[in-house]
Amino acid sequence: MEIFGIPAQALYGQLALGLVNGAFYALLSLGLAIIFGLLNLINFAHGAQYMLGAYVAWMLLSYLGIGFWGALILAPLVVAMLGMALERGLLRHLRDVDQIYGLLLTFGVALILEGLVAQTYGWSGMPYPNPLPGSVDLGFMRMPMYRLAAIAISLVVCLAVWIAIERTKLGAYLRAASEDADMVQAFGVNIPRLIMLTYGFGVGLAGLAGVVAAPVYQVSPAMGSNLIIVVFAVVVIGGMGSIAGSVIAGFGLGLIEGLTKVFYPAASTTVIFFIMILILIFRPSGLFGSTR
Amino acid sequence: MTADTAMLSVRNLHAWYGESHVLHGVTLHVNRGEVVTLLGRNGAGKSTTMRAIMGLMKKRSGSITYEGREAITLPSHQIARMGIAYCPEHRGIFSRLDVQENLELPPVIGAYPLTLDRVQAMFPRLLERRHSPGTKLSGGEQQMLAIARILRTGARFLLLDEPTEGLAPIIVKHLGEIIGSLQSMGFTILLVEQNFRFASALADRHYVVEHGRVVDEIASGELAAGSARMRVYLGV
Amino acid sequence: MTSSTTTLAAPQSERRMTQRRRMAELGLFAAIVLMLLLAPLVMNPFVVMKIMCFAMFALALNLLMGFTGIVSFGHAMFFGSGAYAGGYAIKALGWPLEAGILLAAASAALLGLGTGVLAVRRHGIYTAMVTLAFAQMLLFLAIQAPFTGGEDGLQSIPRGYFLGLLDTRNEFQLFLATLILFVVVFLIVFRTVHSPFGQTLKAIRENETRAISLGYRTNRYKLAAFVLSAALSGAAGAMKAAVFELASLTDVSWHTSGEVVLMNLVGGIGTMLGPIAGAAMIIGIQEFLSGIEDWILVINGVIFVVVVIAFRKGIVGEIIGFLARHEGR
Repeated sequence: MEIFGIPAQALYGQLALGLVNGAFYALLSLGLAIIFGLLNLINFAHGAQYMLGAYVAWMLLSYLGIGFWGALILAPLVVAMLGMALERGLLRHLRDVDQIYGLLLTFGVALILEGLVAQTYGWSGMPYPNPLPGSVDLGFMRMPMYRLAAIAISLVVCLAVWIAIERTKLGAYLRAASEDADMVQAFGVNIPRLIMLTYGFGVGLAGLAGVVAAPVYQVSPAMGSNLIIVVFAVVVIGGMGSIAGSVIAGFGLGLIEGLTKVFYPAASTTVIFFIMILILIFRPSGLFGSTR
Repeated sequence: MTADTAMLSVRNLHAWYGESHVLHGVTLHVNRGEVVTLLGRNGAGKSTTMRAIMGLMKKRSGSITYEGREAITLPSHQIARMGIAYCPEHRGIFSRLDVQENLELPPVIGAYPLTLDRVQAMFPRLLERRHSPGTKLSGGEQQMLAIARILRTGARFLLLDEPTEGLAPIIVKHLGEIIGSLQSMGFTILLVEQNFRFASALADRHYVVEHGRVVDEIASGELAAGSARMRVYLGV
Repeated sequence: MTSSTTTLAAPQSERRMTQRRRMAELGLFAAIVLMLLLAPLVMNPFVVMKIMCFAMFALALNLLMGFTGIVSFGHAMFFGSGAYAGGYAIKALGWPLEAGILLAAASAALLGLGTGVLAVRRHGIYTAMVTLAFAQMLLFLAIQAPFTGGEDGLQSIPRGYFLGLLDTRNEFQLFLATLILFVVVFLIVFRTVHSPFGQTLKAIRENETRAISLGYRTNRYKLAAFVLSAALSGAAGAMKAAVFELASLTDVSWHTSGEVVLMNLVGGIGTMLGPIAGAAMIIGIQEFLSGIEDWILVINGVIFVVVVIAFRKGIVGEIIGFLARHEGR
């Protein structure tokens, strides 16, 4: 069977790959959006923290024999703790200065993390074993089991985070504090602690994405820095204000990238940036964003 | 009304917005069960005094004691947890929260909070509109919501910053009744007001704030004599 | 600060201060040029040339970051496109060096116009993200484009005559050519910053809303600054390509964008001489550490963190602050 002259199998295959990429875009831009909402910080270290999640998973396996499912819980916790230490030790001192310094500081942190990991394990990638070998017959195509799991994990986590933010008390604190943190603190909520936990949670999501990515891609020091810039474009397209927007834009742009690989492979690395340009021209605040 | 018996004592309070020095030594006392107003022109420092008491001014000095405990160095959330609740100018209703969520947002901090049912009985409109986004309410409803949500925290001391601002006369009258009943329920209230008529009907005492200082104190009894003085201060 | 929109209204004492500061800046710059001329006696002339190329690049970025308040995190796209355009003109078309530099400046300016129109619509950190994304897009295009040499880059760019006078195959004359371009770029930035146009840019940086209310179409001014900054970055990139006979993907990469931001941050954002000090320091450290490249990332990162936490004014900014405090006494 062919669709627009493209074999259906190839089309479905690329769409599935696109969804896998989209799963990572969604998890990463979701974390960025949560952090940005409360801290007004563009967390440049997000890519490095994603990479760190993958490396922690690799280390857990290599040194302690803890497999993928254990790492899926532990590695994000480790990344979140390191993130909270970073917030407490450094980022907190920048709350009263221009937002750009937060970006610069986290840029520095990204360089340090990438450099240290490269120094220790080298620049070349290291494989991480696939925890779910085999494939599933979806009726119209066969799909590697693990990729399906990666998409499912991302969807479930995004949905859970959305519910936690929209439907729980803690989520209400977060939403209210994103609007006016001083006011929420004046009600008796410990905002400095909420900020630390929120940053930890956001980078924990990056760490989780890193663990999920490890079996799909290889584990390498530069895996985060290349991805995070694409995710920034996803964020500009989705709009900074919205949690749902970042998830929808993440999966949507992953799919579009997959389609581009089928129909015009040369543009597949740049298509998201072209879409960003269109958005900047026609809807500068992003698809779901409020004007800032 | 000496400082020792006062519930809240503010002495020589200074505060800064960045480099600009906005409070120049505010001194005032509020006794248990009183309603006290801060009067003064726009920009005199009334709201800033409230923000400074609440710990929302980054740089401040002097002394703020609440029930004998010093609060000048405490972060804002700890000041709230001493039992002070703040209802800001422009109400501070969150647009991303619905009415119910706005109402339930402030954590309970005192021993004897009003129950949610009781608060909703006082403000029936809030129950009707509980699923609307907070900022979709009318100005009057938003003001009721802003007051309602700090009643169910158990705080005994309320800071109300210009609750009548921009409201229709009928709602202002209703608000007056509410504040009166809060006083009879035992709440202590510090009120910022531009509406002198509203304030004079409610308050036990008035402080006049000018250029970041308290320049005069008028008891309600002296009001007739004070009115002429007030006109000078407020320029009305 | 208060008189930034109308210099005419500035009190005379303040004008005299600015005048004195300008003379001091020019005097110090002359001393720097002299030091640069003598530097090859004690160190590798190619290191000095590299410092000059990156100082030009940093000066160009500072025009935006320091004097207009626009943070570009993707300035390597202008530096890199300049390197490719200049390198291509010299290598494939056989153009002389100065023509290559002009072409580089022109193509970077054109790219600056395209990206700037979109980037100046957003503010602060958004501009930073948008410029970063544009630069990344250019990196991908550079990997695919037929004339960039892909992963290998443009190698063995031949050295020829500069202005028909200097034979850059000779190391000293190449050095002189670099120094001449460096002085020209500095003077362009200096002249721009102290012109009425530069005063308007500063007014926009201090308070854009007020500048708009005074009737300035601030986006046009910001765009003009963006294009000029891009053009100068492109020229710096072309000179770098000529000096090292190489234009590569590194020149377009986000590492390079970050590095030039770091140079400004270390030297002092919004100071005239800060970018030069910052470039000298960062390149100096890198040369000192050459051979253990992985550590360069870590060290750059540590410098970022330390400067952001402890010396946000940078070296030159702190010195100016120190002098101002002592003059005040």
